Amino acid sequence: MIISIASGKGGTGKTLVATSLALALRDRDRVQLVDCDVEEPNAHIFIKPAISYSEAVSIPVPVVAEDKCSYCGKCAEVCAYNAIAVIGRRVLVFPELCHGCGACSYLCPEKAISEHGKEIGVIETGRSGGMAFAHGRLAVGEAMAPPIIRDVKSQINNNGTVIVDVPPGTSCPVVESVKDSDFCLLVTEPTPFGLNDLALAVEMVRALDIPCGVVLNRAGEGDSQIEEYCRKERIPVMLRIPLDTDIARLYSGGITLVDGMPQWREGFVRLFNQIEEMVHERSRDTER
Amino acid sequence: MKEVVILSGKGGTGKTSLVGSFAALARSAVLADCDVDAADLHLLLNPSVKETLDFWSGQVAVIDNEKCTHCELCQEVCRFDAIHDFRVDSVSCEGCGFCYQVCPAEAISIRECLSGRWFVSDTKYGSLVHARLGVAQENSGKLVALVRQKARQIAEKQGLDYIISDGPPGIGCPVISSLTNANLALLVTEPTLSGMHDLDRVLGVCRHFGVPAAVCINKFDLNDDNTRQIESYCLEQGVAVVSRIPFDNIFTEALAHEQPVVEYAQSEITSTIRSLWQYITHALEEERR
Repeated sequence: MIISIASGKGGTGKTLVATSLALALRDRDRVQLVDCDVEEPNAHIFIKPAISYSEAVSIPVPVVAEDKCSYCGKCAEVCAYNAIAVIGRRVLVFPELCHGCGACSYLCPEKAISEHGKEIGVIETGRSGGMAFAHGRLAVGEAMAPPIIRDVKSQINNNGTVIVDVPPGTSCPVVESVKDSDFCLLVTEPTPFGLNDLALAVEMVRALDIPCGVVLNRAGEGDSQIEEYCRKERIPVMLRIPLDTDIARLYSGGITLVDGMPQWREGFVRLFNQIEEMVHERSRDTER
Repeated sequence: MKEVVILSGKGGTGKTSLVGSFAALARSAVLADCDVDAADLHLLLNPSVKETLDFWSGQVAVIDNEKCTHCELCQEVCRFDAIHDFRVDSVSCEGCGFCYQVCPAEAISIRECLSGRWFVSDTKYGSLVHARLGVAQENSGKLVALVRQKARQIAEKQGLDYIISDGPPGIGCPVISSLTNANLALLVTEPTLSGMHDLDRVLGVCRHFGVPAAVCINKFDLNDDNTRQIESYCLEQGVAVVSRIPFDNIFTEALAHEQPVVEYAQSEITSTIRSLWQYITHALEEERR
């Protein structure tokens, strides 16, 4: 079962929930924690995995052999991203715009275009105390996170419980991370920002047809608006973590909630049981 | 006219709360919300929308089943795993058009998608350009570029001195699009190991694109050791720590009242933010000379 942890708004506590949920389950299940926030990966700070494997991620970008090129302009014509241009008797390639689709090299009538890998980041896997771990890192200055997220997700071993930490937002990197999940937990906070972005995140998981539930972090004042929204949308609020400077301090030092306050372990196990039940119920419904 | 962009790497460090306050303090600025897939600045500025524009971008392939001969060539060439059983999964499709180019039956067409909307609004602090990227859409970088371009046009037309851009979290495409050619990046961090890790990466992006940066440590008293570490890190990197803001629930309270914190309360925080804004205007003026 794959459970993704998303939020819309950044800094609501996705990584806090993802790491504690994974740690709370590792004694009873085969657990894998997969950090798909390749722009700003943080889960490793908390679970300190021993990395045993690392692989560069590259996307294929065109290289033009100008001795074969007839400057016909076909490559520029077929490129949807303006990543290749033919100006007089020169061909210019803009690798940072290239998506690596391969159309230019395939369609070049002179077979003058080959592809070479341009490194845009890295993925790493390892273990932390009996738990499997995978994450990726976009190279600084590179724009495209989705190819790295795809490679991180190729490391998923779905014969136990997989917890996916998702980047903030609702656009392509988030969709890439969340799709194929059996359930999505949306972490929010009781502020107008939290509510606004929760609604966007709900729209996103509904577009992907993935069931969801809410974790209300920094709960306290302002909860009622989130609760009212969830009631109206029929989304369960599955866990409340109170606004508490002790929790914030643990987090600041890179200590997970279940390690710093073991009394929370039970809450996360309960949260998982509830998710499991919802996922099973849904699969029974679809069978019918 | 000079542009400051507020970034952080890590989300939730206080970018939008600060931008809301800068909006209230600046006398002559256009506001741009560059966090187009989770825009929040409008919640603090109570805008009245003057102009709504469609954002047409991104393309998806569509297969005409009547013409399709099931030759499978499209499925073979697609590198985004977006075609299965002669149907295009529009979420995976990146609109490259490779399938359209190669289809021998000419059964594939490429359609433009309405990927979002963007708005030009009035607020009591000046014009706000903001956007809403459609859920699960691509090309956030392109939409950010549009928002910034419009903000620049307004600033030029009205003869305003500053553009204040609220940036997205992360370091990828929309961040790069928010940052390029800005005059100053204010990096808002917090004394958590995550915040520090992410600051290092976003500072790297500023360097990569040659944009000068300054650092603000929000909630600095949450972890004194970490704050000291950030300060020595910044010293090493030659980046100024220009403000330290204490952890204070007043930010959340102001937010609950949907007001910039400097408007909501007069406190020590207000003067800290005011000095920070003064620093920014000075830095931008220096840049002008």
